[in-house]
Order: sequence, then structure tokens, then C-alpha cells
Amino acid sequence: MYGNAYIDPNEKFSSEEETPELVAAFQARIDAGEKIEPQDWMPAMYRKQLIRMIEQHAHSEIIGSLPEGTWITRAPGFRRKLALMAKVQDEVGHAQLLYSAAETLGKSREDMMNDLITGKSKYSNIFNYPALTWADSAVIAWLVDAGAIVNQLANSKGSYGPYCRALERICYEESFHLKYGHDNVVHLATGTKKQREMVQAAMTRWWTPLMHFFGPSDKASVHSDTLMRWKVKMASNDAMRQQFMDMYIPKIWDLGLTLPDPLLKKNIETGLWDYTEPDWEEFKRVINGDGPCNAERLAVRRMAEENGKWVARAINNEEAEHVRPFA
Amino acid sequence: MATEDQTTIESLDPRISRAHLSGGNHEDMTGLLHFQTYEVFHQNKRGAQHKHVGIVHAPNSDMALLYAKEQFARREQTANIWVAPSSCIAATEYADDDIFTTTPEKLYRNPATYKVMDRIQAFKERGMTPSDEA
Ligand SMILES: [Fe+2]
Ligand SMILES: [Fe+2]
Repeated sequence: MYGNAYIDPNEKFSSEEETPELVAAFQARIDAGEKIEPQDWMPAMYRKQLIRMIEQHAHSEIIGSLPEGTWITRAPGFRRKLALMAKVQDEVGHAQLLYSAAETLGKSREDMMNDLITGKSKYSNIFNYPALTWADSAVIAWLVDAGAIVNQLANSKGSYGPYCRALERICYEESFHLKYGHDNVVHLATGTKKQREMVQAAMTRWWTPLMHFFGPSDKASVHSDTLMRWKVKMASNDAMRQQFMDMYIPKIWDLGLTLPDPLLKKNIETGLWDYTEPDWEEFKRVINGDGPCNAERLAVRRMAEENGKWVARAINNEEAEHVRPFA
Repeated sequence: MATEDQTTIESLDPRISRAHLSGGNHEDMTGLLHFQTYEVFHQNKRGAQHKHVGIVHAPNSDMALLYAKEQFARREQTANIWVAPSSCIAATEYADDDIFTTTPEKLYRNPATYKVMDRIQAFKERGMTPSDEA
């Protein structure tokens, strides 16, 4: 019932006991490829992990639109301005779809928004880095979205119905983001010396955050085994990182661009990419609040929410005769 | 939590710098409005069925239509949109989904199970005489 999904934030979930029979029946349903729907029984841990995951994904969409959004006015040419506006609107739309999906699990959209702005919830670490130049905006649209697609395609085969349905729509829209980003990178990479230098510098800057994107290696742990069995997590962080590298490193090299890792090469024996581990201490530091843009991202989100309050109040006014601002 | 850092945000975006935002404010948001949800049904062309595509949050149906247009009609060809408050949708329980099990006895609903030709053939072969006189 994604759709028919409104859940009263005060409503308590039935504290039905987690008997081995219930858990086994739940697992059997997932093993049979069935989707779990909001009103189905589910283990408390399944619910909790999904809320955390979908909520973080929603926050990433909405925060992710900020570094790109600031480039709309400075995007070179009218067509790119239009395309970038459309992309940013898509990302905010993705957030809305995902908040709705997370809400079916019992956390209200308003609570999620509050937890984002107060720093209680996380979002994708990559958006704590700045888009210094237009070339950065191009690299983000191509490769950050490419990483997101790898992740979202995997998750769209997961077990929770509302999340899968939201992801299907999202993946369909992402293909435009990828093409748009690739087009911008190619334009710079095949352009003047200055343009090539600009895109090379951006590629170098974004490589570490891109390697961080899928998270640290999650070697088999009991925890991730359970999440995999429940189809909450669909692939290991390393598997997704390898898939991303396989798909995009050849395309980057094809443009005569380089990546700042001398070890980077496909290992013919293992079929996997060899690379230097990115600095995971930096990853931890940034995700815990000490990155170049963390404070700005949350402050801008807070400002948007504060400054938009009068709009929410105006459209919520029952006395108002005309609220529909389109013909 | 109290505001721990009052430094003004210096951004690459001059509009953000001009807003003089302070970082490090972790206080809870107040006055976030809780809107109800509306189910959205999308029709791609006249004459086609409206199909359920998702939900939007809105304070009233007018705003729900606006949000539905932005969310579900910004790419697809669209002729018409319906919205209905989620609270107005009644649904069956998945736990009772056995009520939909089509049992094998329901073969009488299947046109292929009506086989008259065999009977007509037999009737002709015996000279079209009544069954109790053959
Ligand atoms: Fe997105
Ligand atoms: Fe995207």
C-alpha cells in the first residue's frame, strides 16, 4: 500500500512477539521473491534498518541538490541551465518519493526533516565536498549519479515494496542525469586546453570522495549477513565499488583523463580492480561533521525550511479561497 | 542543544554568503506542518485508465493536484490526474489474500472447458436420435 501509506505518527506498532515461526515465515516470503508491504508483519530490526536506509537516501537526494543547485545561475548557456534545473528538480522529487516510502514504516516526513536539519540523521558523505568549478558540477552529474545508479539499481531488487517502487521511478529519471553529466564532461575533455585542465582538476578532486562513496569494505559480518538475507542490502560495498570502477574507469581513461591512483588497474587474474585504499580516516571525520561543507549544507537546509514556513502556512489556510497557483 | 558555533558561513555561492547563515545550530525545528497524503492516479491519454502512481503530501486537494503535476507529470505524456485522500482508500488485508485464490472448481468460468463439438459429433453419428432411443 505505497499509496494508502499515511501513518499516524502517534500510532504505536503492534508489539507482536518475534517468534521463530513468524521470522521463518517472513524469511520464506522473501526467499520466494515476494515483496514485503507496509501492513505485513516484519521484524523490528528490518523496520529499523529500512527506515535508516531510506531516510538517509532521501536526505542524500535533497542535500545532493545543493552543490549542483548553486551552479544553475552560472551554468554556461541556456540549454545547460534548463537541463540542470530539471536535474535538480528531479533530485528533490526523488527525496519526496523516498520520504513517502520511509513514512510507510512509521516515521513521519516532518520527523525525518527535523533529524536531517539537526544533524541526527546522515546523508551521503560525498555532498560535504564543494563544487569548486563548473567542471566539478559536470563530474558530479556524471560520476556521482553513476555511483547512485549502481546502488539504486541493486536496491530496486530488494524486498520492501514501497522502496522498490520509488527506486524504479528514480532509476528511470537518473538515466537523463548520467547522459547530461557525461555530455558536459565530454564537452570539456574534448575542448580547449583550459577546459581540459579544468575537467582534469575536477576529476582528481572527486576521485577520493567517489572511492568513499560506497562505504568502507564490509566483509562478512553477522549483521550484514542478516541484512543480505532479508534483501535490505543487495550487494556488498566492495562489490558495488568494483562494478562502478568496471563501468566508468575505462570511459574516463578513454577521454585521456587520468585518475590520481598509480595502483589503479584491472587485475586479469582476479577480474577485479586493484586500487589504493582511500583515506578512511578522512571519510569518518567528514561523515561525523568535520568536512568542508557540512555546516553549510545543514545551514542552507535550515534556512530553506525557515524561509518557506509562510508558504506552508499560506497553503494550509482553510479560509483561503484560491490556493491552486496554476490554471 | 545550544548553538555552539556562531561563525557565518562563507560559501562558494555568493547568495549563500550574503545570507549570513550561522553554522552549528542543532536545535529542533519548530512549526513543521504535518500534511496528509493523497493518492495520485495518472492518465496518459484520453480514454486510457487512470493508474495509481504514488502519493504526495498536501494540505488540500488543490495543492495535491499541483504537487502531483510536478511529481508525476513532468516527463510522461499526461491527459489527466486524479488525487484522493489516502484516508479515503479502503483496502483488503494481505493476510486475507486467500479470498482471491481461484480454486480449480472454477473451471466453469473458463470458455475452453465448454466442449460441445464432441457431443454434436456423437449425436450425428448415431443418426440424430434422442439419447434414450439409441
Ligand atoms: Fe536522484
Ligand atoms: Fe541524479
